[in-house]
Amino acid sequence: MTTPVEHERTQVDPAGEEVRTEDRPWQTLVWNDPVNLMSYVTYVFQKLFGYSRDHATKLMLDVHHKGRAIVSSGTKDKVEADVAKLHAAGLWATMQRSS
Amino acid sequence: MKKWTRTGDQVLGRFDRQEAAVVRGLVSQIQDMLLARAEEAPQDELAELTGIRTGPSTPPDDPILGRLLPDFHRLDPDAPDPAEVDSANALRSLHEPELLDLKTGVAAVVLDTCPPDGGEVRLALDQAEAWLSALNDVRLALGTALDVQEDMPDELPPDDPRSPHLGVYHWLTWVQETLVEAVMS
Repeated sequence: MTTPVEHERTQVDPAGEEVRTEDRPWQTLVWNDPVNLMSYVTYVFQKLFGYSRDHATKLMLDVHHKGRAIVSSGTKDKVEADVAKLHAAGLWATMQRSS
Repeated sequence: MKKWTRTGDQVLGRFDRQEAAVVRGLVSQIQDMLLARAEEAPQDELAELTGIRTGPSTPPDDPILGRLLPDFHRLDPDAPDPAEVDSANALRSLHEPELLDLKTGVAAVVLDTCPPDGGEVRLALDQAEAWLSALNDVRLALGTALDVQEDMPDELPPDDPRSPHLGVYHWLTWVQETLVEAVMS
């Protein structure tokens, strides 16, 4: 398996970014884990969040190669519920305020 | 055990007697650990009155339970931020009872559908999903106990005490992997 080429998005509209951060004040993170299967993690992202196969695979690869990925964001209640669902599926998930 | 196959809304597998005993034995052990943890939950009159259950606010000491019931925040093990510790403890207390119900529930689905003497396992899709979660919990537990790393070899040196258990771990990995494939096909 190869690492997909990543292009960091340059922030062209700082004001717009700020508004979006206000809207989505919390983030759900999933951390890399030596036990969880790549196929299973992809399946969980598709099933819990309704993500496409491609998007779920990209997030899974981010977790695998970068050690973590932000898999959802939103209000504290939403992210808290997402973390709880990921824990039920056995993924190592945490939540944090958007920085 | 042959690979799981999916036919319509059903997923089929077959375990011989020994394989069924391994799956059932490990799933029961995890279920017992989780039920013991549930027993530790504080009982109070307010909870009975409101119906809002609260779990323990501190993480389990046992590393296996700790992996199955993670914190809601990533805490710095050396210098945790006190505010984050408070928040993680409060979130644990709020969510752990339901998490324990879900995990013991998926274990019960495996125990209900895996014949003790082996044989065919015929699962509806929601049961197959429960199997995936339960198998994952068992692999997390074994992986923690065996200190499994990313680059785990297929076999350890024969004098390594973990050696005999690693084969079971790899077999369960294969069972889970083929079940994911069958469910997603």
